[in-house]
Amino acid sequence: MPTPDSSRRKFLALTATSALAACSKQESETAQEAPSRLGAPVSAYGGRSPHENATRLRPSTPTPEEASSLTPLADSQGIITPSALHFERHHSGVPDIDPDKHQLTLHGLVERPLTFSMSELERLPSASLIYFVECSGNSRSEWGSNKASTVQVSHGMASCSEWTGVPLKLLLAEAGIKPEAKWLICEGGDACRMSRSLPVEKALDDCLVAYGQNGEAIRPEQGYPLRLIVPGWEGNINVKWLRRIKAVAEPAMARDETAKYTDLLEDGKARQFTFAMEAKSVITYPSGGQSLSGPGFYEVRGLAWSGRGRIEKVEISTDGGETWQAAEVQEPRLPKAFTRFRMPWRWEGGEVALIARAIDDTGYIQPTVEELIAVRGKHSDYHNNGQKLWKVGADGKVTENA
Amino acid sequence: MRKLAICLFALACCAALSAQGPEYGLGHAPSEQDLKAIDISVGPDGANLPPGEGTVADGAQLYERTCRECHGPEGKGSEETGFIGTPQDLRLEKPKKTVGSYWPYATTLYDYIRRAMPFKTPGSLSDDQVYAVTAYILSLNGLVPQDGSLNAEKLKQIEMPNKDGFVPDPRPDVK
Repeated sequence: MPTPDSSRRKFLALTATSALAACSKQESETAQEAPSRLGAPVSAYGGRSPHENATRLRPSTPTPEEASSLTPLADSQGIITPSALHFERHHSGVPDIDPDKHQLTLHGLVERPLTFSMSELERLPSASLIYFVECSGNSRSEWGSNKASTVQVSHGMASCSEWTGVPLKLLLAEAGIKPEAKWLICEGGDACRMSRSLPVEKALDDCLVAYGQNGEAIRPEQGYPLRLIVPGWEGNINVKWLRRIKAVAEPAMARDETAKYTDLLEDGKARQFTFAMEAKSVITYPSGGQSLSGPGFYEVRGLAWSGRGRIEKVEISTDGGETWQAAEVQEPRLPKAFTRFRMPWRWEGGEVALIARAIDDTGYIQPTVEELIAVRGKHSDYHNNGQKLWKVGADGKVTENA
Repeated sequence: MRKLAICLFALACCAALSAQGPEYGLGHAPSEQDLKAIDISVGPDGANLPPGEGTVADGAQLYERTCRECHGPEGKGSEETGFIGTPQDLRLEKPKKTVGSYWPYATTLYDYIRRAMPFKTPGSLSDDQVYAVTAYILSLNGLVPQDGSLNAEKLKQIEMPNKDGFVPDPRPDVK
């Protein structure tokens, strides 16, 4: 015998079905009901739900080919950035490269100059590894007093992917790198043929000549068909559209390692070859632009990473840095990769100042921006790995600490 | 004993590295001509600068036609696009990083213009034209005489005012 409750459910279900049938076919089903009509057929290449709308933020500029777009970190889940949302930084636009014509040449101080086709590179022993890429200009906004109001603007020039390719040391062994070679000039096949000098020591350590990203070919904006991945080092040296590697004794002193991406100190001197992106973390929820609907339970969430190794620990302060408590750091904690952290938290209402700080396996503790400025001076705004504070107002609105 | 073992292991590794031949037999040897066509890297010592020459006067004319739109008249563009200055500008309240104030090597200017400029049509200038525009920009900073010219030999002799302006990365710098 049906209970009054189950009869009521059936009645509601019937009513809902009739109501649906009466409705226009374009309307979506109510959340609790199974669809009463066929859904979309299988498709060749999937897209996301039309209800999802997170996008990269693009600047308004007369030269969008020489610009950057920012990853919507507040909308990201887990540790992998969707390839379509990986941040961009181009100096001369995205080239359209035919992989059947693309080649990588190794020459200079090597025993045997070698040119590889893409299909030859893909035949060589491969590796898939998860690494973040962060522009050294990420969080430049946070150096001064005019701090960014969303995490997309303050930290969106960092993304994380699984990269697949050939270890660079294997290619160097094939070409027979000479002992006097100390640097590799790595050059892209974009219109400006952007180039950077990479120390051979790092090349022999963990660099990857990558053709895969997150299970498919690298996206054009990320260097299709071939990109250099220099784990943990500033984004610019991860040369996209890689076409040439020249082994040399001295660095090229290229424009992007002298005029740009160097850190100007107070005395007029500038730091050069500032490669590793140091330990950093940021709370992505709650973060600027979001709103808490009322006192109660929330899970504080965020991302941490270090260009020097693994994230050992993340600490969160809810009182502007007076006291700290350990967040849960989710496995896997991969070296030089995004690491997800979380902390259960009860908002009692009232103003709160949230900050995260990362500690990596070298023992380095993510400093405040003020501590960095005290050492580097107020002009040195590249390589900013300082802490980011979010203010939760009494009304639940989350803002930057302006 | 342990140290000896480590030394022997390191020696074995070195020997293995130097004795390493091509293991996979993939890739082909590029010809000298192929390499010449793609090797546009110029070293800070002037290595691999191409033959050719360009005058300040020719560079000034070329600048008017192809560079001025973005970089302003006589290199006096915005903070981002201007060329003129001295290292004193780096100690200002709002420092100005320009070719004259900041760039440590003149060879970088040649290398960069040849590979990346003009912005909309990079690679469209001849080697002579790149020498000419480089000469003009350096003349605006008093580093090449107004009636002068540049070629490989002359360019590598130029000492930039901020040559000694760079120091190595000392990080971690906050402990």
